[in-house]
Amino acid sequence: MSARPIATTRSAAGMPTPRLAVWWVIASEIVIFGGLLGSYIMHRIAHGEWAEYAANTNTMIGATNTFVLLTSSLFAVLAHQAAERGDGKTAARFLYMTTGGGLVFLTIKAFEWTSEISHGMTITANTFWSFYYTAAGIHALHVIAGMIIMLFVAQTAKRNEDLHRVEIIGIYWHFVDIVWIFLFPLLYIAK
Amino acid sequence: MTAEEHHEPSFYVKIWAILLVLLIVSVLGPMIGIKWITLLTAFGIALVKAYLVAVNFMHINLTPRYVVYLVTTTLVFMLLFFAGSAPDVMKEHGRNWEKPAWIATEAAYQAGELDLGHGHGGDHEAESGHHGQSEHH
Amino acid sequence: MAESIPVEHADGHADHGGHHEMSFSEKYIFPLDHKMIAMQYMFTGMFMAVIGGFFAYAFRMQLAFPGINVPGWGVVTPADYNALVTSHGSIMIFWVAMPVLIAAFGNYLIPLMIGADDMVFPRVNRLSYQIFLLSAIIILASFFVEGGAFGGAWTAYPPLSTKAEYSLTGIGSTMWILAVALEFVAFLLGGINFITTAMNSRAPGMKMWDIPMVVWMIVIASILFMLSVGPLLAGGIMMMFDQQLGTAFFDPDRGGDPILWQHLFWFFGHPEVYVVLLPAVGIVADVMTVFSRKKLFGYKTVLYTAIGTGVLSFTVWAHHQFVAGIDPRMANVFTVTTLLISVPIAEMMFVYIATLYGGSITFKTPMLWALAFIFEFLIGGITGIFLGASGNDIYMHDTYFVLAHFHYTFYPIAIIGTFAGFTHWFPKMFGKMMNDNLGKLHFWLTIIPFNLIFLPLFVLGAAGQHRRIYDYQNFPELSLPWMQDLRQLATISLCVMLGAQLIFFYNVIKSWMSGPAAGKNPWRASTLEWTAASPPPHGNWPEGLPTCYRGPYEYSHPDHEEDYWPQNEPA
Repeated sequence: MSARPIATTRSAAGMPTPRLAVWWVIASEIVIFGGLLGSYIMHRIAHGEWAEYAANTNTMIGATNTFVLLTSSLFAVLAHQAAERGDGKTAARFLYMTTGGGLVFLTIKAFEWTSEISHGMTITANTFWSFYYTAAGIHALHVIAGMIIMLFVAQTAKRNEDLHRVEIIGIYWHFVDIVWIFLFPLLYIAK
Repeated sequence: MTAEEHHEPSFYVKIWAILLVLLIVSVLGPMIGIKWITLLTAFGIALVKAYLVAVNFMHINLTPRYVVYLVTTTLVFMLLFFAGSAPDVMKEHGRNWEKPAWIATEAAYQAGELDLGHGHGGDHEAESGHHGQSEHH
Repeated sequence: MAESIPVEHADGHADHGGHHEMSFSEKYIFPLDHKMIAMQYMFTGMFMAVIGGFFAYAFRMQLAFPGINVPGWGVVTPADYNALVTSHGSIMIFWVAMPVLIAAFGNYLIPLMIGADDMVFPRVNRLSYQIFLLSAIIILASFFVEGGAFGGAWTAYPPLSTKAEYSLTGIGSTMWILAVALEFVAFLLGGINFITTAMNSRAPGMKMWDIPMVVWMIVIASILFMLSVGPLLAGGIMMMFDQQLGTAFFDPDRGGDPILWQHLFWFFGHPEVYVVLLPAVGIVADVMTVFSRKKLFGYKTVLYTAIGTGVLSFTVWAHHQFVAGIDPRMANVFTVTTLLISVPIAEMMFVYIATLYGGSITFKTPMLWALAFIFEFLIGGITGIFLGASGNDIYMHDTYFVLAHFHYTFYPIAIIGTFAGFTHWFPKMFGKMMNDNLGKLHFWLTIIPFNLIFLPLFVLGAAGQHRRIYDYQNFPELSLPWMQDLRQLATISLCVMLGAQLIFFYNVIKSWMSGPAAGKNPWRASTLEWTAASPPPHGNWPEGLPTCYRGPYEYSHPDHEEDYWPQNEPA
């Protein structure tokens, strides 16, 4: 593998650089989702009638997807735990299972959206649906990005190389999970 | 990778099980039909779940303290953004302006004539008219 | 692409994998070396500055001599005028101030000043520049699409920016949003790199208070950027959906809210001012201490005021919206916070004046720029207090008074601060000394016209001249003879100032080609970058990375016979 600059190996702030960086990534992601969801909540509180629109979302599908993401998060943390033991093969297997969880999530989402759109609840139907598709869509993009990175990490982890990356992608994946934990009540439960 | 981060797989499975129980509670909460219980089970439990994931899966408590401060700061700034913007966004009219679609929808909603799924009326009716069917059952 | 970041030995051979000569494209087009990426940012930024300056020239000519066939552009049509002012604002802030002050100086100085061999993520660094370059290409390309470039001002208020039937630039406005969003992504990547590098990769022995001020300031600016840009990124996506998919986030006719965009925009837009201000302030701190041979007066004070300014800058954004019909109670709050934010900035200015007091000042070119920064920024800051008061702002809003005010802040930041830094670190960057006489000529021919451009605009603005008007002849009360005279004075001064930049470019090229060799430490400065060779080789200190023993500004120290005490010299 590549030789890193000496700078990368230093840790004057008491934390390995990749882990420090992923927390900064998460901080910048929090404000992206914060701005979007903050705007949504303002509208949601102000418009009583949005409860009627929200009643059309399917809580069971949302709950299933929450279950899928929580389970994939479990796999991610088990992968991290295996990587800490130095067991790259197991870590890679758990990472593939996490990626599979993301795939199930996206598949369910695709069916859900197809059904909603075919019933006239499109992104232009009204501002509630605009927020619904935008928020869930940006979240889905993060799921896709996480899955792609995870496949790369699994490739190296299988060869027992760069095992610290398993933890980094895991932290990111848990963050994506937490975003969904908040999207679920905001878009599905509160009616 | 400090030593105290090592947990057995069973520990993580236990956290996962707790998360699932919380998920079920949050789905069942609205069925009672009382608004504040719904809000509590929806958002209170979301906070608890997020906390469990952040502490047990992301190990935020094992990172240096400034990471917690950083994440808290971002959340505080988001609250600030909300506090500064909400007074304007949450009003249907202010000094020298009003939001016509809001007023129309509000009137329709109060009269029980809200056209679900077909938006806030106005010129949008023409655009979304071709959707044909209403999703309301 | 090179996977490794080889640490070169003095003989120029790579450390790893034996003999590895880098090809031209590895070295100059797709570099991993932080110094080369910094140069890419610097010269892209300068190129964009020339374009932004040219745009200013074109629309100022139209304002001073309405309907004239502007040499180099042609007749400025109303659509041209809108596109030119919008692009001038966007380019100067997002494609000049940010890349030069944060990305170029950050990339160049952070690893050198903290004694590291490179940034912590060289490949992320390269990606950051490539995304930035793509965004620059998109914003320039938008001039050549159907309808032309976006003309809805750099604030892009809806509904003008969201509806093609109003703006007449359907594709151009989406390209504008896309370019800005990509630029933000580039600086998020770069910012994470700067922050983690400065946090984690400091030389052994370099404690919190041993970090040079400019590094601190770039890091604080990156943090501010990172914490403020999120809502606008989300808002940018919402606006793009409004433009292209037909959603109604910002359309009050269909259930949206245009004021929400203003909040999303200014929640970023105001901290952004401090994002570009702080690096310039840091540069000035470093230049001033070197050329007055004195320790920075109140190092921690500057630092705390910078952090205080940063936090406060998140609480003032709605002062841009006083006439938007926002909640009057909120307007009171934002007036108070806006006036409060002048306190830490004023404190910073006092600290700098105290640093100069009693120092042995030499008026080299960088020092002139640094002093001009303080002087000109004070004018910008004080006029800001007038505008921060909501009652006064209702009269002043959207006049040339506002315009002159923010040019008196942004110009010292983006132009004067950059010239201070560039002339100061030129010997390190290119290993040659710049010609000081040409530098001073360039300085005076830039500063005097600058004041002659914007002082008349204060007067015109106070007289009620509104911004964003294509031709004042349509308004008899705004086209009195004395007003047109002042407009022509401003435009002619602008032409002189732009022409004076030729001296700068000549000086850079001449000095680069045939200037006297600079040596390691021509200014006898004590920070770590001056202990590396000029220009520093790949890996910065091939003989071994330095260790830090003391603070960055130990000038004229009583315990040391020389008047500067390098940070890496053991006691």
